[in-house]
Amino acid sequence: MATLVELKNLTKSFDNRTVLDDITLQIEEGEMLALLGPNGSGKTTLLKILAFLEKPSSGEVKFQGVTVTDKNAERMRLQSAMVFQRTMLFSTNVHNNVAFGLKMRKLPKNLIKEEVQNALNLVKLEGFEKRPAKKLSGGEQQRVALARALVLKTKLILLDEPTANLDPKNALIVEEVIATVNRELKTTIVMATHNMFQAKTLPHRIALINDGKITEVGAPAEIFGKLSKNLASFAAVDNTFTGTAKATTAGTTLVDIGNGVQIEVTVQRQGEASVFISPQDIILSKSAVESSARNVFKGRITEISDLGSLVKLKVDVGKSFTVQITKRSFSEMELNLNAEVYIAFKASSVQVL
Amino acid sequence: MNPIIDGIQKAFQLIFSGDPTVYGVVYRSLFFCGVATILAALWGTPIAMLLGLREFRGKSIVKSVFNTLIGMPTVALGLILYLVFSKAGPMGFLGLLYTPGAIMLGEAVLVTPLIISIMTNAIEAVDPEMMNLARTLGASESQTSIAILKEAMNGVILGNIAGFNRAIAELGVALLVGGGILGTTDILTTDISLYTQRGDLGLAIAFAVILLLIVFAINLTIMLAKKARILLTFGRSPQ
Repeated sequence: MATLVELKNLTKSFDNRTVLDDITLQIEEGEMLALLGPNGSGKTTLLKILAFLEKPSSGEVKFQGVTVTDKNAERMRLQSAMVFQRTMLFSTNVHNNVAFGLKMRKLPKNLIKEEVQNALNLVKLEGFEKRPAKKLSGGEQQRVALARALVLKTKLILLDEPTANLDPKNALIVEEVIATVNRELKTTIVMATHNMFQAKTLPHRIALINDGKITEVGAPAEIFGKLSKNLASFAAVDNTFTGTAKATTAGTTLVDIGNGVQIEVTVQRQGEASVFISPQDIILSKSAVESSARNVFKGRITEISDLGSLVKLKVDVGKSFTVQITKRSFSEMELNLNAEVYIAFKASSVQVL
Repeated sequence: MNPIIDGIQKAFQLIFSGDPTVYGVVYRSLFFCGVATILAALWGTPIAMLLGLREFRGKSIVKSVFNTLIGMPTVALGLILYLVFSKAGPMGFLGLLYTPGAIMLGEAVLVTPLIISIMTNAIEAVDPEMMNLARTLGASESQTSIAILKEAMNGVILGNIAGFNRAIAELGVALLVGGGILGTTDILTTDISLYTQRGDLGLAIAFAVILLLIVFAINLTIMLAKKARILLTFGRSPQ
């Protein structure tokens, strides 16, 4: 495989604050690379440099062997397209949104129409052409934004947390589209994420990024297979905990993650272990419910954030867990800050890293 | 008879009889102020884009100067422009004083700060990340600026309506640089002033009613047009 992008000793600072520190990375043609790291680790800035939207403070960016400079950045941008974490749409209909980049490239009208249709089919929004883009649901809007980048058929697509604010249904569609484009069109994809599960399943390679530094690069199996200290240090990543594992008489494993919290998992493990529980897999209730879930903890809600159709809660049970529930459940349960709740999840939904 | 009731009666007679003098004045008002607004938009838009999209030293000072100039008394500006256009003034050689050209230029200068301020605010209200969005989709720097201006379209339209309204409703500049010469440089506001002083309340009231109707009608039309434009944008078949 040929190298598409090469970053050499790249550093980026804003007002004396170093956001990216000595990054050296090669991105191969046709690969899907995930930048995995907590919020504020420099993922977005790195993506913007890869999209030739930001200039590195020092170091070199090469695209297909050509060094990117002030002079050629505008031309280089035609080879890549970035989808931003916060969905941004032009105040016009879906067709004109998706057609924007094609119009900039001065394609003939009939070709634009055809390409826009194909792109909308890809993101499962066929027939949405005339709809006002800003009146769509959050998930549909993000899919329009994705179609708008994909329609350009650029060599490189950069995705900033493409599913971070989406409900599971829309997230799945977006993940499928990303995988299809990478597999069938051989588009090189670089995706920033702090979703462990996504990083484990989607990409060919993962680059762990923390505090502006790339600490490790490797295949998902490699990164997740060994107990990576770097990975475990991402305590900032939702629901990742490190602790000591010991076998139970029932054949399962108990991982003591501190503060009196012990998580039961189905995997056999001894010694140090990192665990991850997807926020969608946690059931929230106001009283202790008898169920098959092996892990039930009592705690208090410490943070509530609105994600559109979903609500993200932080529940402190000795350790802070992130829980995702629908807005409907949230209002029906009449939850509020500091409310006493129970969280429950099955031993089998805990991933041991 | 009460002179006021008499005046109102005469006003409506003049409006509905299609009096050529009255309609000449209306035409001149619309034309002069229309040209003035277009002129102000022509040189105001690039300035607003510069202020709204770029960072440079002294930007806030420039912005506050324009904001302050919005409140400029029209008579004061009229006097300044009179001095500029008068024979001994720096632009005296153009012989513009007391011509339609002077009114149009004068009104354009008057409404420029208003148009620039409203447009700058509208452009600044657009998500700054939109510029990066346009760029990553392949827009050049000028195409990016145009994309942002389109996002700020409501403010751009609002700025121009406000500019036109200020131009058509003001007296100071039109009177001092235009002179209110009947049939040449007299417009609605100068005639209202002239006929009130002469005691011809009928004509004065007629012009005042027409002025109010124009201001109202233009705002209504543009509002409806704006609505229709949005419908057009969203309803247009994807050709």
